[in-house]
Amino acid sequence: MSEISGKIVAIYGNMVTAEVDSKVKQNAVAYCCKGRDGIKLKAEIIRLRGNEADMQVFESTRGLMVGDTVEITDDLVSVEVGPGTLSQIYDGLQNPLPQLAEECGFFLKSGVYAKPLSETNKWHFTPLAKQGDKVQGAWYLGWVPEGIFQHKILVPPYLAGEWRIKEIAKEGDYTIREKMATLVNDKGEEKDITMSFKWPVKIPMKGYAQRLLPSEPLVTQQRVMDTMFPICKGGTYCIPGPFGAGKTVLQQITSRYAEIDIVVVAACGERAGEVVETLREFPHLQDPKTGKPLMERTIIICNTSSMPVAAREASVYTAITIAEYYRLMGLHVLLLADSTSRWAQALREMSGRLEEIPGEEAFPAYLESVIANFYERAALVTLYNGQTASVTIGGTVSPAGGNFEEPVTQATLKVVGAFHGLSRARADARRFPSIDPLDSWSKYTGAVLPEKVPVARQILVRGNEVAQMMTVVGEEGTSIQDFVLYLKGEFFDRVYLQQNAYNDVDQACSLERQEYTFSVLLQILQKEFSFESKDQARKFFFQLQSLMLNWNEAVWQSDSFKEIEGKIKELVK
Amino acid sequence: MRKVYNKIDQITGNVVSLKARDVAYEDLAVIEGERGVSLAQVIRINRDQVYLQVFAGTKGISNRDQVRFLGHSMEVSFSENLMGRIFNGSGVPRDDRSALSENMIEIGSPSVNPVKRIMPSRMIRTGIPMIDIFNSLVESQKLPIFSIPGEPYNPLLARIALQAEADIIVFGGMGLKYDDYLFFRNTFEKGGVMHRSIMFVHTAADPVVECLLVPDMVLAVAENFAVNHNKRVLVLLTDMTAFSDALKEISIIMEQIPSNRGYPGDLYSQLAKRYEKAVDFEGRGSVTTLAVTTMPGDDVTHPVPDNTGYITEGQFYLRRGWIEPFGSLSRLKQLVNGKTRDDHRSIMTACIQLYAKCKEAREKQAMGFVMSSWDKKLLGYGKRFEQEMMDLKVNISLEKALDRCWQIMADFFDPQEVGITEKLLNQYWPKKNV
Ligand SMILES: Nc1ncnc2c1ncn2[C@@H]1O[C@H](COP(=O)(O)OP(=O)(O)O)[C@@H](O)[C@H]1O
Ligand SMILES: [Mg+2]
Repeated sequence: MSEISGKIVAIYGNMVTAEVDSKVKQNAVAYCCKGRDGIKLKAEIIRLRGNEADMQVFESTRGLMVGDTVEITDDLVSVEVGPGTLSQIYDGLQNPLPQLAEECGFFLKSGVYAKPLSETNKWHFTPLAKQGDKVQGAWYLGWVPEGIFQHKILVPPYLAGEWRIKEIAKEGDYTIREKMATLVNDKGEEKDITMSFKWPVKIPMKGYAQRLLPSEPLVTQQRVMDTMFPICKGGTYCIPGPFGAGKTVLQQITSRYAEIDIVVVAACGERAGEVVETLREFPHLQDPKTGKPLMERTIIICNTSSMPVAAREASVYTAITIAEYYRLMGLHVLLLADSTSRWAQALREMSGRLEEIPGEEAFPAYLESVIANFYERAALVTLYNGQTASVTIGGTVSPAGGNFEEPVTQATLKVVGAFHGLSRARADARRFPSIDPLDSWSKYTGAVLPEKVPVARQILVRGNEVAQMMTVVGEEGTSIQDFVLYLKGEFFDRVYLQQNAYNDVDQACSLERQEYTFSVLLQILQKEFSFESKDQARKFFFQLQSLMLNWNEAVWQSDSFKEIEGKIKELVK
Repeated sequence: MRKVYNKIDQITGNVVSLKARDVAYEDLAVIEGERGVSLAQVIRINRDQVYLQVFAGTKGISNRDQVRFLGHSMEVSFSENLMGRIFNGSGVPRDDRSALSENMIEIGSPSVNPVKRIMPSRMIRTGIPMIDIFNSLVESQKLPIFSIPGEPYNPLLARIALQAEADIIVFGGMGLKYDDYLFFRNTFEKGGVMHRSIMFVHTAADPVVECLLVPDMVLAVAENFAVNHNKRVLVLLTDMTAFSDALKEISIIMEQIPSNRGYPGDLYSQLAKRYEKAVDFEGRGSVTTLAVTTMPGDDVTHPVPDNTGYITEGQFYLRRGWIEPFGSLSRLKQLVNGKTRDDHRSIMTACIQLYAKCKEAREKQAMGFVMSSWDKKLLGYGKRFEQEMMDLKVNISLEKALDRCWQIMADFFDPQEVGITEKLLNQYWPKKNV
């Protein structure tokens, strides 16, 4: 394909303007060629006016000159999907970071890109269709084993209409560059199919029969999430919170323990050090479901804070596109993005350079619709073969000053199905996870005794009211009934809502165990106690709390679990 | 010979613009006129119109001054000869010694590849118990010191420089009061660390924009010592709020729409680019960064501390003369404090919980509620803890500090009241009546 070329006429930060005089597509990939050293910098066309094309450059523009050449391709910014995507660590533009490290050492080097998938790896292909079969986009032609999954080889979802298989490869070992099938349609057009294809990241990859209402809970093994503020497969949720409130720890623990097929981690514009923990630990941690290393169900898109800002904007789209691809194989995928605010800031930087009319806090006016469109890509669907599959999105939000009134939090709250708001006060008091039990909400129905959850919530609310009152009238001025209510609220918070991410047992609580513990707690919360004094009441709940904390840290159904349970029952008798 | 231009079209704030060709983005230029020679950098090119940010400010620059482009971006000389030297924000010597021009390296280099990072694992001891026990500093960590203007943040920084285990200290001063500059210089000299220190100092008397270069100069030098000479480098920056204010000034001149209280929308990315230079290079050296961030009006939600907190791995919160136990955090402490002494983690938690309870008791006392005997114990404990642990004058080893914590607890509480396991109590609880 012939490339169009243009000449740079303006440079401002990572925005470059070029003059072109032929057909150019919005969102097409371009390369700015530095006349000085010949290095080519990847860029994306983001605005076309007259014969001027504005581009965001995915690298530092240092050293570019007016008059330097721009090569404009016909491709939109895309990812290549196919076998070998699992377990990868990509940057925001799908360059495999380990490969870049091999090539360039400690530092990223501008203008160095690498192929996202191995072109030499052989995959063992088993056909699922035969010559003469009628197929459509997103139908299966065959499969290859990829780790623990049957990686389906798809008819690329961009192929419209009905096609007939003219030829298909026999069972055997092939690379992603080999032809696996030839399809032909009514008009006699022929298409050669390989095991991989490219997809433009900003266009949702559909290819399913229909969307369904999310209804099956996605178990994270975090009690406060599963019981109080559940999420569903195919749903969306957000975690806003000030710095240090525990957003990243919560995402990390979810990426480990969520009961889901595949986790895509999008480390978007935050600390590189935090990704390293995942990188170094996941290959050695076991997936409790399969016994295989967690890395085998994980894909990491890593565009941390000091990496180029424009690529940060692309990174969340790269992540969601890969998630959508695995959904087409009948899998349930969870996308965890930390943090969506950094993505929004990248939009803001570009919008400023384009001199667009700003909205609140200088964010572009279209911020809301961009955020809404992103979360809309999560869905529970039925595929053409009748299977259900899903993409769930959980995004953290890092509001300026920890104030939830700011534009990104507000725009996100409008579109998500659950809100896990982290509070500074709870984090300071080391009440982790610091999800505020009074402010947070979920529109989904959970799996842990959902009909009983309001009972627990009521006690939290009433207990909090008493606590507020006590700061004014003191303990002396509070009735013993109210005081017990307060103690119950605190007790439930401490032993159930809080969960220690650093304790080997407590960090994950299975659904079965949550149901069990929650029922025991409900009995305690609903029981009428009669205490002689507040001190006696306090002592009782302290004792109970200490037992319950030990219980939480005892292995499910172990001897010590049963022993402590006995003591608890004895105490509340 | 490079072309010389002698017509400047526009001078606004610290930015000048002129018509020029064959100029690359971020290239340096030299402006010569009556005022002498000033350094400038290309910050925008629009066709043949080139915008330059003048580091020394534009005061006295005329529209007929000569502008010469150097054909490269900012560089700094890198060699062992840097040791013991003091420079200004543009790398010009401040110490009456000769300028260095050997082995020039580019500043503001690309990011480290995240997959080349390793898990930090070595604690840096400082002799300050509030750091060593409660918020351990870890090699390759990036930590700010959040402080209101009147606090002794510079003395604290200087003390850490003298006492921390590091091979090389690279110091960056931004908007530094001249007296503070002399204080650092004298302290480094008296403390015997000057021969392994390098200082880049921009003072409050210097043109504001010149401080923009300081962090990149410092970090380029630090990074090269770490990667190429396997050195453990400690980077000290003060004050990053002055740096951020200089960014704000330029962005306003360039008519960028501010995002929050006048600061540009890319403040987060600008700060992150610098802080993320703190890295432990596998098999080589490391860069650890401590940076003062003064908080106007003691407001953590001010854009500079707020954005910083989202970037750094915790913060030391300096208030009322000591490192506040509650606002302060070392996110990396878990990686090292399990390998020091077996009572370290338990002491860390127990002492802070008791101190938190003491604060509650003080509040109750202030409201006029009755003090129980338990409250009184807490009050006594809190006072001793502040005097003997939190006070910044305290200068003892981690082990001595742990012993002292046990002693303070034992002077007020019974062993079962402090929330520490039986095993540790048996081992460490001080025997009475000795
Ligand atoms: N679930 C948890 N259990 C225990 N400690 C936690 C938990 N969540 C957070 N923390 C503590 O809070 C610190 C900050 O958490 P982090 O997730 O990095 O915050 P954020 O991403 O919101 O800035 C952690 O280093 C850890 O010490
Ligand atoms: Mg975080």
